[in-house]
Amino acid sequence: MLAYNELQKRKLGEYVKKLKFAFYWAASCGGCEIAVLDINEKILDVVALTDVVFWPVAMDLKYKDVEAMPDESIDVCFFNGAIRTEEQEHMAKLLREKAKMLVAFGSCACQGGIPGLANVANKKEIFDIVYLRSPSTWNPNMVTPKTSTRVKEGELTLPEFHDTVKTLSQTVKVDYYLPGCPPPAPKVADAIDAIVKGTLPSRGSVLAPERSVCDECPRKKEKKSIPRIYRVYEITPDPNVCLLEQGVICMGPATRGGCEALCVKANMPCTGCGGPCPGEVEQGAAMMSALSSVLGLGEEKTYDVEKLIAQIRDPLGTFYMYSLPASIINRRIIRK
Amino acid sequence: MTKFEPRIVGFLCNWCSYAGADLAGISRIQYPPTIRVIRVMCSGRVDPIFILEAFKNGADGVLVAGCHPGDCHYLAGNYKAQRRVLLLKKLLEQLGIEPERLKLEWISASEGDRFAALIKEMTEKIRKLGPSPLRAGG
Repeated sequence: MLAYNELQKRKLGEYVKKLKFAFYWAASCGGCEIAVLDINEKILDVVALTDVVFWPVAMDLKYKDVEAMPDESIDVCFFNGAIRTEEQEHMAKLLREKAKMLVAFGSCACQGGIPGLANVANKKEIFDIVYLRSPSTWNPNMVTPKTSTRVKEGELTLPEFHDTVKTLSQTVKVDYYLPGCPPPAPKVADAIDAIVKGTLPSRGSVLAPERSVCDECPRKKEKKSIPRIYRVYEITPDPNVCLLEQGVICMGPATRGGCEALCVKANMPCTGCGGPCPGEVEQGAAMMSALSSVLGLGEEKTYDVEKLIAQIRDPLGTFYMYSLPASIINRRIIRK
Repeated sequence: MTKFEPRIVGFLCNWCSYAGADLAGISRIQYPPTIRVIRVMCSGRVDPIFILEAFKNGADGVLVAGCHPGDCHYLAGNYKAQRRVLLLKKLLEQLGIEPERLKLEWISASEGDRFAALIKEMTEKIRKLGPSPLRAGG
């Protein structure tokens, strides 16, 4: 963050126009909102340097108040969550108009994230499960959400629920990307710092290092071949040896770093929240390619290749956990 | 209504399968004009992205062909291709695309007749499946 004396100067009335900040959430879990607070005492600097003009989770403001703001009157908007409903789409477009800089904050806004896995189904299938068929549901009148309902007091409306989850950049133009589930606190602090100081890279950049999680991982990597796959519950991995070498599918080679290999250091494999590595088209394909190269390498004469590959139970859920909406084929194709 | 003619993208390795396709041509063996050949140095060069892009752009089928096991010019490229294709078939199934639309075959430089027979067989199989669900307009 800023040097202490510079902060003091600003606080002591040397007038600097405060940056107008907005935070918004769409299809997300709320973890990204907490990640903003994870920067701990640095949040005080943020408060000193910025005016938060819109943040639904923390302060009361109506959409019509945002609509009343002049265009480009917000300096920076952090937008987390994927685009799943009409309301989220509307807010993405609205905030794009009102904000000079729009930052896709977190895996969901950048790549679609966990909500994006719902692209294996469509609206009808999701409503069927959630409102009619889940074991804990009692819904004898088969009530499902409708965009418009007549009641005696008048008409009630709900936003439309789309069949396909989209990323933020598939909906509006995005200036910067800050990936992670949630983005790691030091990277959030760096981003805010760069915004305040005006040291951001060129528009369209990802605000994370140009390296993979493997580059940040402290484990020993020696072998190249993986004889078999273990699921996480089947094995207690050696904490000092590469998880892939031990047969646990770790997304590290295909995932952008910046997290300092946080999960791997806790003896859990990387699941890929950082999104694709710099310059990579698609994270899932990159990982499938890498894993296929080393799985059973050197044992081709003796192995049963079908059995070997069958150990990977759920390629879509494993390799596209956070990136299905951003991938080449972004959803399950459902024949009408 | 016009008859459905499948469009198949074929990734053929430079050392065996492309030469095999060449032999089919030189030998004037008849086979359906459904395949669009892309020559690659090795079947191991075929990135899953190529295959996904082909389907995304409306291919009804994708053929990856390389040297027979043990014959790979680069020793193990074809084995890697085999593992990639098997894994991709599982993914395609999850994405609602019939895994039969993706095929891996070993075709040597002397197997022109085999190449022609395979294209014939694959074309018929895909004709039965119908157009790719990703193809614009169904």
